[in-house]
Amino acid sequence: MLNRSRLGYSVTGAALAILFLFPLLWSGWASVRTGSGFGLENYDRLFTSDNGVSLRNVVNSVVVSGLTVAGTLLVATFGGYAFGRFRFPGRDVLFLVTLAILMVPYATILIALYVLLGWIGLEDSLIGLSLVLIMFQLPFSIFMMRNSFEAVPRELEESAQMDGCASFGTLVRIMLPAVRPGLITVGLFAFLTSWSEFFAPLILLNSTDKFTTTLAVVNMRTASHGSIDYAALEAGVVFMAVPCLILFAFMQRSYVRGFTSGAIKG
Amino acid sequence: MMTTVITPLREERVEPPAARRRGLRRQTRRAWLGVAYASPTAVMVVLFFLVPLALVGWMSLHRWPLLAPPTLNAPDNFTGIGDNDLVRSATWFTIKYTVIITVLLFTVSLGLALLVQHRRRGVGFFRTAFFLPMAVGFASASLLFLGLLSDEIGPVSDLLRKVGLIDGYVSWTSGSANSALGSAVVLVLWRFAGFNMLILLTGLQAIPPEIYEAARVDGASRWQTFRRITLPLLRPTIALVLTLMVTGSLLAFDQFWILTRGGPDNSTTSLVMVIYREAFIRLDLGSAAAISVVLLVVLVAFNVIQLGVLRRRSN
Repeated sequence: MLNRSRLGYSVTGAALAILFLFPLLWSGWASVRTGSGFGLENYDRLFTSDNGVSLRNVVNSVVVSGLTVAGTLLVATFGGYAFGRFRFPGRDVLFLVTLAILMVPYATILIALYVLLGWIGLEDSLIGLSLVLIMFQLPFSIFMMRNSFEAVPRELEESAQMDGCASFGTLVRIMLPAVRPGLITVGLFAFLTSWSEFFAPLILLNSTDKFTTTLAVVNMRTASHGSIDYAALEAGVVFMAVPCLILFAFMQRSYVRGFTSGAIKG
Repeated sequence: MMTTVITPLREERVEPPAARRRGLRRQTRRAWLGVAYASPTAVMVVLFFLVPLALVGWMSLHRWPLLAPPTLNAPDNFTGIGDNDLVRSATWFTIKYTVIITVLLFTVSLGLALLVQHRRRGVGFFRTAFFLPMAVGFASASLLFLGLLSDEIGPVSDLLRKVGLIDGYVSWTSGSANSALGSAVVLVLWRFAGFNMLILLTGLQAIPPEIYEAARVDGASRWQTFRRITLPLLRPTIALVLTLMVTGSLLAFDQFWILTRGGPDNSTTSLVMVIYREAFIRLDLGSAAAISVVLLVVLVAFNVIQLGVLRRRSN
């Protein structure tokens, strides 16, 4: 009886695992399969065809992701430190409003963000897009960083201040190393979100030379009036997914832990 | 969700009177430091969240063409929603899709979570395999399925033809309204089941093993244990997962924009696609804002109700 249930578990698990992994493996295979065998022709077409992906698109993606990760880390570290360690008027209100971002679906305010970015001269700009992406990262990131700072023993900070360490120095030298796991999780999330985000760039970017890689690859499908170059499309999918998969492989532990700790509390 | 995260302010230490003045000055200094550290957050939240939130409401009261000055026309944008056939069909479609996805995704996710609940051989591999699709961005995943389901390079049609389930050419993503919806549903199940499995898993693992042991000693069957222990104790997690699923589905965009293009014949056009269309194809931002406001109010109301239920259950 026990053995049969164990066998059932293994067979079911393995069958499902194959089902879940199959699309990933297939896209990798389809991206290198060519008419005559295997090769990188599909990637070649992805990067050289007229409405394919240009180096510019890849650079744009790197810039947007870099700005989003850096900006999120900066704002969330300061914010998390403030919420976790200081008392000041308006603290609880600001924290609540930040969390309220979670309740407001971003698709419903993107139209307004589009107009707003136009007003402040950031229409069709990678910086404007990054600022919007940072804002959507804030509830999770600030919540995460606040909890991280709160978990640091108070004595650590106090002894540093006794030694004459000014507050900013305390933050950089004493607190930051102590909250490193939180920083890694926050940065990782910010990267994964900004790297693969589609809707926000679609609305906020107009000119093709500002397009991120995701937009450019989707555009290959949208712009093709005749037949779609599916093989090049799969090459694009693989190109987009590989950085995320590598990060996952390296950081799965902290990713899953960071996520689940947020999920339980949230 | 919100009340649980606010920890009470720490008790300030009682200081002797002599040190109080110095302590007070220190406190003021620390308050200012706190304000300084919180200021980037405040600027971001006000400028990119509160202002757009107010602006979308303001826009909904105006005729707001993309390239001309806006003029007040309230409440035309809202009354126009009722007359818009596409909005009506998209609303029904979005609700239908939300119901289908919530039921299927929840069943699959819970099944996966129960399967990988205990530490057994291969469990780490299974969890990773189920969760890995999450690493692929949703837009990329939609493109992946576009190829996977295509007749040109995809293996699905070939495989089903060989097994004898279908014959001839089937266009999964644009052939019929049902197959287009089905394609999107399979894509979403693949992409999000592992994510929801993970949340449910944390809930399952928070149930004390002693309760299961007691049930076993009492001779409870597996089904009884599941119904009487697992489901009730998992309720807050289930509520959270269902909220995420409903919210996500009501905002569906990528899967339909990329995979089915909203077709055939607008049969898979979701509400957010209509918002995009009103704004950037019909160039009527006011009407798009009005639909956004309605959707936003519905979702916030839904979230508040869910929160209330969640809080009552967890207390």
